[in-house]
Formats: sequence, C-alpha cells, structure tokens
Amino acid sequence: MSVERVLMGGALLLMLGSAQALEGKKVFSEGGAQPGAAACMACHGADGLGLAAAGFPRLAGLPAGYLSKQLHDFRSGARSNPVMTSLAKALTEEEIAAVSQTLAAMPAPVVPAGHRSATPTNPAEKLALQGAWERQIPACVSCHGPSGVGVGEAFPPLSGQSAAYLAAQLNAWRSGTRHNDPNDLMGHVAKSLTDDEVQGIANYFASLPGQEVKP
Amino acid sequence: MKKLSFAPVFVALISVPAWAAPIAMEDQSQLKVPAAVPAATAFQPPQESELPDNAYGKLVMQGYALFVDTKRLAPQFVGNGLNCSNCHLDQGRLANSAPLWGAYPMYPAYRKKNDKVNTFAERLQGCFQFSMNGGKPPAADSHEITALSTYAYWLASKAPLGVELPGRGYPEVPQPAKGYNLAQGAEVYKAQCAVCHGAEGQGQKVGDNYVMPPLWGKDSYNWGAGMHRINTAASFIKHNMPLGKGGSLTDQQAWDVAAYVNRHERPQDPRLVDGSVEKTRVKFHANDGVNLYGQTVDGVLIGQGIR
Repeated sequence: MSVERVLMGGALLLMLGSAQALEGKKVFSEGGAQPGAAACMACHGADGLGLAAAGFPRLAGLPAGYLSKQLHDFRSGARSNPVMTSLAKALTEEEIAAVSQTLAAMPAPVVPAGHRSATPTNPAEKLALQGAWERQIPACVSCHGPSGVGVGEAFPPLSGQSAAYLAAQLNAWRSGTRHNDPNDLMGHVAKSLTDDEVQGIANYFASLPGQEVKP
Repeated sequence: MKKLSFAPVFVALISVPAWAAPIAMEDQSQLKVPAAVPAATAFQPPQESELPDNAYGKLVMQGYALFVDTKRLAPQFVGNGLNCSNCHLDQGRLANSAPLWGAYPMYPAYRKKNDKVNTFAERLQGCFQFSMNGGKPPAADSHEITALSTYAYWLASKAPLGVELPGRGYPEVPQPAKGYNLAQGAEVYKAQCAVCHGAEGQGQKVGDNYVMPPLWGKDSYNWGAGMHRINTAASFIKHNMPLGKGGSLTDQQAWDVAAYVNRHERPQDPRLVDGSVEKTRVKFHANDGVNLYGQTVDGVLIGQGIR
C-alpha cells in the first residue's frame, strides 16, 4: 500500500469521523431526522448533565457502549420508559452510534477516585465501600469503581448522577421493571437492598464532590 | 529452522527473575480443608465498631488498609496488579473465601512433606511471593507483616486455636466424573466472567489501578500461587463467583472455567529449578492437586512464564 493511499484513507476516516460527530451533536441538540426523535438536551439539559429535580440522568461522559446499549434496549423493550422507548425507536442505527459518541465525549464533573482503604463512616458508605456479604451484596465500588466513577462499558458511573435517578433505578431493578443488565448482576443485588439502603446509597453517590466541568 | 532451536533457551532466560529472592515458604501445596458452610452460620468475626481507640485498634486498621489496598500501599512487595482482598472476599471476612479468621488459628503449621514448621508470618510472605508475584517479601518483623498479622488476629478474636473452622479455605468442589473441558470453560468464561475480567483475562482498570483483577498475564498471580491449581480455582469460583452470585455455577462449570483460566500464561514460579520448567514441575507441581504446569496443551508447553 502506497503512502498516498494510506494518507487518503486516513483523511477519509477523519472526514467520516467528523461527519459522525456533527450528526451526533445535531441529534443531541435538535433531534434525529425522523419524527419523534426529540433532542436529548430537551430533558437531559444543554450540558447533558441531566435534570436532577426531574430525575433525568446525566448522559455526558457516560461510556458510548453503555449509552448505545441503553438506546437499543429502549428500542427492543429490554429497558422500558414511555418517553425513551418511542424516542429510541425513532432513531436510526447511525444516529444512535453518533449520539452515543457525542455524549461520551461531552465533559462531566470529575469525581476523584477514592482509595479502597478509606474507612466508611455511616451505613450507606459501608455498603458502598464494603458491601453486606451476609446477604451476598458486594461493595458498589467493586464493580462501579472507586467513588463510583464507572468501569468499562458495562458498569456505568454512579457519582455525578442525581439521588432521584439512582434511587429510581435501584427501585426499578428491585421490582424487576428494569432488567437489562448482564447476567442479572445488578438485579439480584438490588433485590437484597432495603428502602433505607436504596435511599442511602443514592444520596451517598450523588453527594460525592465533583470537580469543575472541563470546558 | 535452526533459529527455532534457540527458542526454549531464550524462554528459560527471560523466565528467570532479575534477582532470585529466598523463598519464604517453599511448600505451597494444598492443605486439607473442611466442608463449605453457609456464610450466615459460619464463625462471625468482630465488627470495626468494636475496635478500641488505641495503638492496637490503629494497627488493625493499618492491616486492613494493606489487605484491601495492597498494590497501592505496599508497591515494593507487589509485582502484579492484585490486592489480598481479590481472593479473600469481604476484606478477609467471608466464609468459603479463605477468611483470615480460618487461617490465623492454624499457625504455626507443620508440613509433613518437607518436615517443616511454617509460621503465619511465613504464610503471609508466601502470599506476597506467589499470589502477589512480589519478589523479595516483607521481613517477618516488618510493618507490613506485623499489621497484616494483627488484622488477621483481630478477625480471629474468640476463634478456637488449632481447630479447622467450617468455611475455612476454599472448601473443595470434587472434580466431576468427566473431568474438565477447556472448550466448555472458554464458553463459561465468555458468558459469565469476561464482562468484568475482560475477554483476554486482562481485568479492568480505573486510572492506574485495577478494579477487576487480571486472571492471567503479567499482572496476575504466578505459577507458584495456590490459585494456579485448577481444583483450588474451581473451589474459589464455585463458592464466590460471579461476584455476589456465589454458588450459581455448577461444579462442572466451575472446573471447566478454572481450567480455562489456569491454562493461560502468567509469571514464572519463583521456585524455578535450574531454569527448567520440567524440573520445577517434578519438584513442585507433580503432586500438588490438579494443575497444568509443565504440561503440553494444544502443542504448547504451559508454564513458560511471562513478565
């Protein structure tokens, strides 16, 4: 393969990449091409950080693979939400891929990763950092990472989400209305939690201090 | 093809540690373990809230910190990406997950095989050299060993001395009648393990630190660690994996996936004899449970070690 062809190929890839970025931004701020594909920012905020009071989650900075999976799950019915289901059905494959990339690249508050050796000071923090193994409940951070910053594509961030969203999701896992996790990993943990624990964990991760949003 | 004949020599050379540390506890072979016990009916270690606010309480908590954050707090003694708590779940408290309260009261331990008595400090040094692939282990009177021993002693508060408590070690899961199957193990791995430990067993990190531990490769336990035994890994997996769903795999699945994990390369056994995998196999692996060290699988010699 000649140098020219490599360069041309590279340029083409860059152009395709930036076309996808443009499309993603458009879906985020104006919506998709088909009717019903409303703009993300209408509910999730112009910064994509969510609307805490309404329980609409932050999307900015979440892993693209996780976002794409959720949109596909809304579409297929594997995850249900009246608004998101019809919205996701109106998005094309290309739009889902593009907007997932765009959202993943958007700046989000950086929560410093805590250390494993930190000593919990209240029951919710104990659950978050150590779990409750007498009920087979692992520490939240053992999958969602230190300070709940998220790990890989399958374990989304907990910090930087509102307590309202986190509690609503934990309760959805508990009741079984949400069940789109790999191997029921979250569902079976959530089913062992009490009301107080759900609220405590939600408050704990929502309250972890984030540092400034990068411009 | 003359070039190829040099390959084994080369492999042997890169497998030798830069400097050979004295081996604290040469006999790493398996001890007999009692049957599994439901965690709720097992020995109950004390709670942190019961710790006194004095030098003892502080040392216990320093031991705790080292136990759960080993790589960060004792980097000079950890040559891979692991923490003690990766294999001893719930901070070393959980029954059927080699709890510290089950181990501490069993030392000093006599090993008939080499007619030796090993202290708990030597047992911990063994963990550092094999499971943590750490080279020269902390000295028996070092802060690390003292703090970890104190933490273990505290967890064993009110446990009887010299009694094998139910839930100690990884209670044995008998090998299925049909043996184990590596291809089935690969399927179990893909379906149940890869979401956390990665498709290539590489684990997952946040920043520089592993959140989910690597199961093979340079950052995992070495060929001398107890976990390299398929029977030991099968027992650990059966009782404890996937995290929070212990007991959900069949015995067959646990054995298959344990064999699949332990057929992969990892750092060399630090007891390597004369640079020879075969001599090391004969001396240390031939009579140590079920393992693939020094055997050939799909035409490849297992146990060559990586760095």
